[in-house]
Amino acid sequence: MSVAERAGTVADASGRGAAFASPSAGEAATVVEPLIFEASAPGRRAVRFPQPSERARRVATGQPDLPAGSLRATAPRLPEVSELDLLRHFNRLSQLNHAIDLGFYPLGSCTMKYNPKVNEWAAALPGFAASHPVDPAASSQGSLELEWLLGELLREISGFAAVSLQPAAGAHGELTGMLMTRAYHRANGQGETRTRVLVPDSAHGTNPATASMVGYETVTIRSNERGGIDLDALRATLDERTAALMITNPSTLGIFEDQIDAVLSAVHEVGAIAYMDGANLNAILGRFRPGEAGFDVMHFNLHKTFSTPHGGGGPGAGPVGVGERLVPFLPGPQPILAEGDPDTVRRNAWAGRSTPGARFALEEPGSRPESIGRVRMHTGNFGMFVRAYTYIRSNGGAGLRAVSDDAVLAANYLRVRLADAYDLPYDRICKHEVVFSGRRQKRANGVTTLDIAKAILDHGIHPPTIYFPLIVEEALMIEPTETESLETLDRFVEAMHEIADRAGSDPGSLRRAPVTTPVGRLDEAGAARRPDLRHAFGETGAE
Amino acid sequence: MAYSPHTEADHRRMLDAVGVVSIEDLFADIPPAVRADRFAVPPPLTEQEVRGELSRLAGRNVLPRVSFLGAGAYRHLVPAVVGEVIGRAEFATAYTPYQPEVSQGTLQSIYEFQSMVCELTGMEVASASHYDGATATAEAALMACRLTRRDRIAVSSAVHPQVREVLRTYCSGPGIEIVEVPAELAEGGSGLTAPDAAASVLDDDVACLVAQQPNFFGGIEPMRELGEAAHVVGAQLVALVEPTSLAILEAPGGYGADIVTAEGQPLGIPLSFGGPYVGLMAARMASVRQMPGRLVGATRDAQGRKGYVLTLQAREQHIRREKAASNICTNQALCALAATAYLSAVGPDGLREVAQLSMTQARHTAAALEEAGLGERRFTAPYFAEVAVRVPGAARRHAALLERGILAGHPLWTDYPDLDDTLLLAATELTTDDDIAALVDALEATR
Ligand SMILES: Cc1ncc(COP(=O)(O)O)c(C=O)c1O
Repeated sequence: MSVAERAGTVADASGRGAAFASPSAGEAATVVEPLIFEASAPGRRAVRFPQPSERARRVATGQPDLPAGSLRATAPRLPEVSELDLLRHFNRLSQLNHAIDLGFYPLGSCTMKYNPKVNEWAAALPGFAASHPVDPAASSQGSLELEWLLGELLREISGFAAVSLQPAAGAHGELTGMLMTRAYHRANGQGETRTRVLVPDSAHGTNPATASMVGYETVTIRSNERGGIDLDALRATLDERTAALMITNPSTLGIFEDQIDAVLSAVHEVGAIAYMDGANLNAILGRFRPGEAGFDVMHFNLHKTFSTPHGGGGPGAGPVGVGERLVPFLPGPQPILAEGDPDTVRRNAWAGRSTPGARFALEEPGSRPESIGRVRMHTGNFGMFVRAYTYIRSNGGAGLRAVSDDAVLAANYLRVRLADAYDLPYDRICKHEVVFSGRRQKRANGVTTLDIAKAILDHGIHPPTIYFPLIVEEALMIEPTETESLETLDRFVEAMHEIADRAGSDPGSLRRAPVTTPVGRLDEAGAARRPDLRHAFGETGAE
Repeated sequence: MAYSPHTEADHRRMLDAVGVVSIEDLFADIPPAVRADRFAVPPPLTEQEVRGELSRLAGRNVLPRVSFLGAGAYRHLVPAVVGEVIGRAEFATAYTPYQPEVSQGTLQSIYEFQSMVCELTGMEVASASHYDGATATAEAALMACRLTRRDRIAVSSAVHPQVREVLRTYCSGPGIEIVEVPAELAEGGSGLTAPDAAASVLDDDVACLVAQQPNFFGGIEPMRELGEAAHVVGAQLVALVEPTSLAILEAPGGYGADIVTAEGQPLGIPLSFGGPYVGLMAARMASVRQMPGRLVGATRDAQGRKGYVLTLQAREQHIRREKAASNICTNQALCALAATAYLSAVGPDGLREVAQLSMTQARHTAAALEEAGLGERRFTAPYFAEVAVRVPGAARRHAALLERGILAGHPLWTDYPDLDDTLLLAATELTTDDDIAALVDALEATR
């Protein structure tokens, strides 16, 4: 959760906030890498463009002139740099980042697995990269076939009746799911009476935020002492006012909801929709198919389970799968197989062949009158679809099952190896991630989870997700993924032990960490108090 | 698994450490009643095989030899250096910069992006990115509703049809009503949104007027007057703009826009069948606490070193949960980086050249068709780089030209049934004189 806010409050509460030099103190800051604007000099250029021809210039003058009042008076102060200086600037910036391709990144809930390079090769193929989204279907058969095939694979993986690829990220998939929920209840004349969405207290912040965005009230359901949803509390809350339950499975504690069938029947008994947050699908590939088990709707995160690169915070893709009763409400237009036998087309594609006579298209506008409509322009983050399709085909069914096997094995390995050094509030077999608590270190040594995270940075490792889920005090949420070698896992265990030891022997050194990174802990409270959100170009008074 | 690092011995060691006999034991918590019955995903492929399959699919797309298609996604030069920057694994394989000490590359580049978006739009604050231009616009409309505490929005019918659809979808949940301002699309019309028409639907229940500059037809809207019409009733002006046009057209901050959104695809992002692209959003500092999306701010560490962090997070879902300004979490960071690298590569002069050349070639296209008697402009208003041209028999000829590898723009009647025989033709700096001659010749041949 919020490293930022915590850093601010923790620093203030402990009096350490005072250690930050005040930006208004007057002395100039040391700069690691200057802004690109500072490398700018008038007239410098990286890229040039051709001049219009004589003829173009001449005939163009016959067309109506832009109204004088619509023109820009001063040019935007964009940087003017040479190509080499540009490249060096961004290359140097890149070197200030930690990334999967540099080292271990066990950021819980984010599935920071290896992003295979053949996926990038595929997305860059000119046939895809230069394909225009408004092109007539006749020119875009390859893109449409890929979307259709990916939908078919996601259907098989999840056990849902249909899939929409439109949503651009997990939270966008949640929004799509809740809009469909609303449309479904409206179609049944219960749009006004079903006003509440139930969300467990372990849920990700996007779940309640999504419920609000579609005008629902969020009701929080507590978890039981085993880390599952409290079935009695759920039953006591479910009624005819309930629009949906949004539940993450495995949960954000990395625990499979072992009463899931009871949960689903309780939700369906009152006529509500069962939404599954599929962020944690990496744990259960080939083992649990949410659609088959009875969920009505789920979002996938292609950037988690299906290895598309996280890009420093996106782009991702968040397709949704739905059961029969929500199919009419799916966003449109859907890519469809307009002519041809689906079994034959699939069989051929799995063998790497096109099907003569098969034709793909987008649904005609208005063909599903109950559709919630578009949730974005075009058909989705297509470049991510190419990568995810490549990944699924590379792994195949057996490979995807093995992905989950190894992801779960790695998390359980860390669970047992670290259990002596850190508190484990829910000590049971976990799925793809395990959540420890730093409360022992906090109580005994005054070392917070934030301090532990910062000390991990000095080991060249990205810290786990911290302070999330909210129901675990001083949470450390560790998701190793299936692509990390045993040596890497062991190095992480050593680092975590070293830090736990040091919490006893030299807690001050943890509070000062990190010391090997390009900058130390930053004054986040100050950043929020005096927002500096853009370059000021030497002006004063710019915000 | 195609990317497994584990040997059999590794598996054994891990299972022993965990104290289970087999991996099956780790899935014992899934109740038998809900275990997967089937998993008929096709068998694994080697790299060689998977390349074959992806080449097959990419090869089934028929790229036109000459294209005048825009309609919200534009074929521009992507300088090689832009691809180089976003191809850096240190950017591409990092995630949201939760740990700023090891994310300064991402954070500083976002700060630079925010700075450039503010420069282009003439606004005070820009967010780190949104899913695309349409979702940014929908979120802007919701933001205007929060700022004004009103629950209706007005939108011009000359706003991209897909953007209006997304607005409708986003507004359907909370029950925000949408009223449409009809643009002047009748025979001999300007193709613009008349301020009077806007004024007649605006009242003090309306949170904002959404208008697009240039509009869907390429026309230059009277944005200042539209803004005034909105402001008179206390509504906001949400301006959806095309970013390259801002090298020539007035910055929205100058004509009184309250929230500015844009589809950032023209800034160095390949067409890629519609995504990933990037939504831009900028606003006034006074509205920042209602702004959706991540923001990066500058600060210092204890040694006085300058650094960047995610800031003003009290707007966001991970802090505020159901009270957040938006549910957005993952955005389109790498595409924002592409836009940052692109704007750095072209600079102010290059961006003006792109805009000017695109505009000149659009005019060249319209003039050439008029000169040859093949078509005439459908609307009277000045336009930027896209122009609506009426061509008799357009449906038949559009299809015939496609057979010859020429994509004669976007058939407007598919979105606006009254705009029969009308093609929306887009030009960019990549449109050559030969392309225009080819279009003219091919239309001649299908008379
Ligand atoms: C459990 C959970 N749900 C939802 C989300 C939201 O997904 P996204 O960031 O792709 O919008 C996340 C990821 O950050 C998550 O971990």
